[in-house]
Amino acid sequence: MNNALRNPKGIYTIGNRLVDQKERTIQSSTDRCNALNCGHRACQGCGEALGARCVVDAAMRATNGQLIVVNATGCLEVFSTPYPETAWQTAWVHSLFGNAPAVATGVAAAMKIKGRGEVRTLAQGGDGSTTDIGFGCLSGMFERNDDVLYVCYDNQAYMNTGVQRSSATPPAARTATTPTMGHEPGNVFGTGKNLPLLAMAHQIPYVATATVSDIQDLEAKVTKAMSMRGARYLHVLVPCPLGWGSLPRHTITLARLAVQCGLYPLFEAENGEVTGSTKIRQHVPVENYLQLQKRFAHLFKNGKAVDERLARMQAMADANIRRFNLLGVEEN
Amino acid sequence: MKPFATVLEVGSSLSNRTGSWRTERPVYVHRLPPCNNACPAGENIQEWLSLVEQEKYEDAWREIVKNNPFPAIMGRVCYHPCENACNRVVLESPVGINSVEQFLGDKAIKEGWAFDKPAKASGKKVLVIGSGPAGLSAAYQLARAGHKVTIKEMLDKTGGMLRFGIPQYRLPRDVLDAEIKRILDLGVELQLNTKESDLAATMEKGGFDAVFLSAGAHIAKLASFPTSDNARVLDAVSVLRDMEGKTKPSLGKRVVVYGGGNTALDVARTAKRLGAETVTIVYRRNREKMPAHAFEVDEALQENIVIKYLSTIKDYQKTTLTLETMALDEKGWPQPTGKTETMEADCVVLALGQDSDLSFLDKVSGLKIANGVLEVDAQMMSGHPGLFAGGDMVPSSRTATVGIGHGKKAARHIDLWLFKQEAPAEVKNEIAGSDRLNTWYYAEAQRTERKMTDGAKRAGTFDEVQSGLSQDEALSEARRCLSCGNCFECDNCYGVCPDNAIKKLGAGKGFEINLDYCKGCALCATECPCGSIDMVPEEN
Ligand SMILES: Cc1cc2nc3c(=O)[nH]c(=O)nc-3n(C[C@H](O)[C@H](O)[C@H](O)COP(=O)(O)OP(=O)(O)OC[C@H]3O[C@@H](n4cnc5c(N)ncnc54)[C@H](O)[C@@H]3O)c2cc1C
Ligand SMILES: Cc1ncc(C[n+]2csc(CCOP(=O)(O)OP(=O)(O)O)c2C)c(N)n1
Ligand code: SF4
Ligand code: SF4
Ligand SMILES: [Mg+2]
Repeated sequence: MNNALRNPKGIYTIGNRLVDQKERTIQSSTDRCNALNCGHRACQGCGEALGARCVVDAAMRATNGQLIVVNATGCLEVFSTPYPETAWQTAWVHSLFGNAPAVATGVAAAMKIKGRGEVRTLAQGGDGSTTDIGFGCLSGMFERNDDVLYVCYDNQAYMNTGVQRSSATPPAARTATTPTMGHEPGNVFGTGKNLPLLAMAHQIPYVATATVSDIQDLEAKVTKAMSMRGARYLHVLVPCPLGWGSLPRHTITLARLAVQCGLYPLFEAENGEVTGSTKIRQHVPVENYLQLQKRFAHLFKNGKAVDERLARMQAMADANIRRFNLLGVEEN
Repeated sequence: MKPFATVLEVGSSLSNRTGSWRTERPVYVHRLPPCNNACPAGENIQEWLSLVEQEKYEDAWREIVKNNPFPAIMGRVCYHPCENACNRVVLESPVGINSVEQFLGDKAIKEGWAFDKPAKASGKKVLVIGSGPAGLSAAYQLARAGHKVTIKEMLDKTGGMLRFGIPQYRLPRDVLDAEIKRILDLGVELQLNTKESDLAATMEKGGFDAVFLSAGAHIAKLASFPTSDNARVLDAVSVLRDMEGKTKPSLGKRVVVYGGGNTALDVARTAKRLGAETVTIVYRRNREKMPAHAFEVDEALQENIVIKYLSTIKDYQKTTLTLETMALDEKGWPQPTGKTETMEADCVVLALGQDSDLSFLDKVSGLKIANGVLEVDAQMMSGHPGLFAGGDMVPSSRTATVGIGHGKKAARHIDLWLFKQEAPAEVKNEIAGSDRLNTWYYAEAQRTERKMTDGAKRAGTFDEVQSGLSQDEALSEARRCLSCGNCFECDNCYGVCPDNAIKKLGAGKGFEINLDYCKGCALCATECPCGSIDMVPEEN
């Protein structure tokens, strides 16, 4: 998205009283739907709770409230809907850990058969349910081009069951199953999968990445996804204070640093081709991002980098910067 | 039909009061912006910049004139300590507060905006001595409060050093006249050519309930060096005062100015405009130690004025001036070296500072005069009850802005004193330091400077050297303000709360924390761009 457009009056804040109401974010508006209401039991400063409200509110706005949400098992489901309470203020279905894409396919098909094509379907789950257990169902949903927006809230581990590694856990990170032991403590380099790229390989109409530090960008991507039909995929990085060992107040700072160091590129792709990326505004070294998280504490001693694996992390960030033109000039 | 799944009620999570998890709570606060804190006139700069931002120009002007009736004047001649304090330096450069102030002042003159009508007449009468910035500021505030004000001014025109000191190429007289007229239009009585020479007698006669003294400092300090009878030695105060008379002073082709303050620079630049071919400032210390502001020195140098540092005048015979080279000692004081040189000068203008003429106070009881100035207390009252004073004749840094602040403060305390009321305790919020800003949210925006006429060109005339900002420029300059320490309704807190625990109350009303659900994660406080949310520990 063009920076000048996002920033007509000198600020990048969520709202801007100097611009027309229509141009302001949904999250700045008092008539956002608050799809995920107060009283949910997410931890203090949970990025997933914030990300989910922003995504579903934007989808509700785009569909005029004609939306059914299908949720996989995971923190988002457990903290929002501990029987007999729910914090959801939308039509919302939960079935199992690994089947959300298949359930969503069914919901979309049912709506079509009932002649309710205006009712749209959004499926969502954590990185575990998306990249691991539910990946078969998801790949099928993509391959058939079913009319569903699938959103993965990536907090980079199985948080709900106590921080086990998933195939989205970054290298070197400490989790319950990748302890800081041995000569290469934490998660192993060269493992894991990149779901946005896998989604693109299915040639689906739309793939994008987003995060909670850039709500303008996130809302624009949801809105765009909902303007399209067929299988769409949105990957949202959501810092998790519990699993990352970070301060609750740093959730947005961390999301921002992940983007600004290059480790988490923000981009969009249509039909398998990258169509644009959000530029880095204040480039920082990966240390700035990693140092605020206890899961990477073993890479530092007294605030100084002590592990040569930091250079490998930096190389990953640099590769993203090149691949997605993150420092380059705005195309279009 | 039997439900095929468990169905839960919308809103059922509300019974779970997650606010009980909290150990700290967010609290919206107001902090004192550093610019406001630095303004000697006590302007609420942030507030009026914010009104400009919203393109409410007249409201912005009305906010300024609550504290300072001279935005067009001070927008030109204030040394703007506000800008030196501005937090925006952590991004690129301070907000151009002074130039936006000038824009508003000029716009007010153009549009003919008038002050609000004074409050209901109080029946009290106040005498003001002197019509410089301090006296006019006091008269203005007193008149607005409903008091009857009489100003006694010994000269034939108002303004004090604004007119008889500051040259017109920095402050055009139509601007000065317009802003003073607006004050007189409030019904202030002005007596020109009326010197107060015995205040004790005047007070004896009665007719006034309180007095504000603002006689300034007009007597040039002199230097002693041998001169011949035909050597011309003048002083800067007289030269600048004579500039306002019918016949302009004649200084000759080779002018030497002695001194290193702002007055020295003003008189040197005036000499240049009067047709001097060479103007040399002789100053006994170096540029660093020079009391004149750096920008004024630069402007003088651009006008081809020569500055001879580390020199003193030893002797002046007819047109031959002998200078001695000085050297700074460890303490930075100039010491003679014995080395001398000579140069030719048609006149020497002394600009060595001014003393106050306080002889009119001789018979007033209870006053304390030290170092040539009158002592006053924190309420600006002298040792004589009901006799207040401010500006250059009391201990101060002697700027027009300080005088305006004194006048305002004295007026407030005169008002209280007249009705035998106690001054309310002053509440001063904590300063909004730059450490509390989250600068990520502010886009880079370069400062727009006012345009200066080219040095050689401007030195040939008395036309104003600098032109004001256009409305668009003033608007974008105001929009550079970060709103330090005070919410500007950016919606960040409202948007980032993962618990939907912040209520947006609507334009101008701010936000409210819903403590039933706020878990105290502090994301709102961290992401607040301007540092207006504190996290406060919960009791037990
Ligand atoms: C050359 C020069 C340039 C300056 N430039 C700047 C600048 O750019 N910015 C800035 O902020 N400040 C500047 N200053 C300082 C500023 O002008 C003074 O600090 C300010 O004018 C002081 O205000 P005042 O009201 O106390 O006194 P004054 O302005 O001196 O006014 C005192 C008035 O009282 C009258 N008066 C005195 N005695 C009597 C009496 N017995 N009876 C009746 N009337 C009397 C005088 O005639 C005069 O009109 C400058 C000063 C000089 C000399
Ligand atoms: C088939 C099955 N296996 C395991 C579980 C236990 N389980 C519930 S949530 C969860 C982890 C969820 O991780 P993720 O999808 O990343 O979501 P997060 O909690 O991190 O948001 C697991 C393993 C389950 N519910 N079902
Ligand atoms: S464990 Fe992490 S993802 Fe789960 S509720 Fe807590 S912060 Fe959110
Ligand atoms: S940014 Fe604005 S509020 Fe902050 S110090 Fe500068 S002018 Fe004042
Ligand atoms: Mg997870």
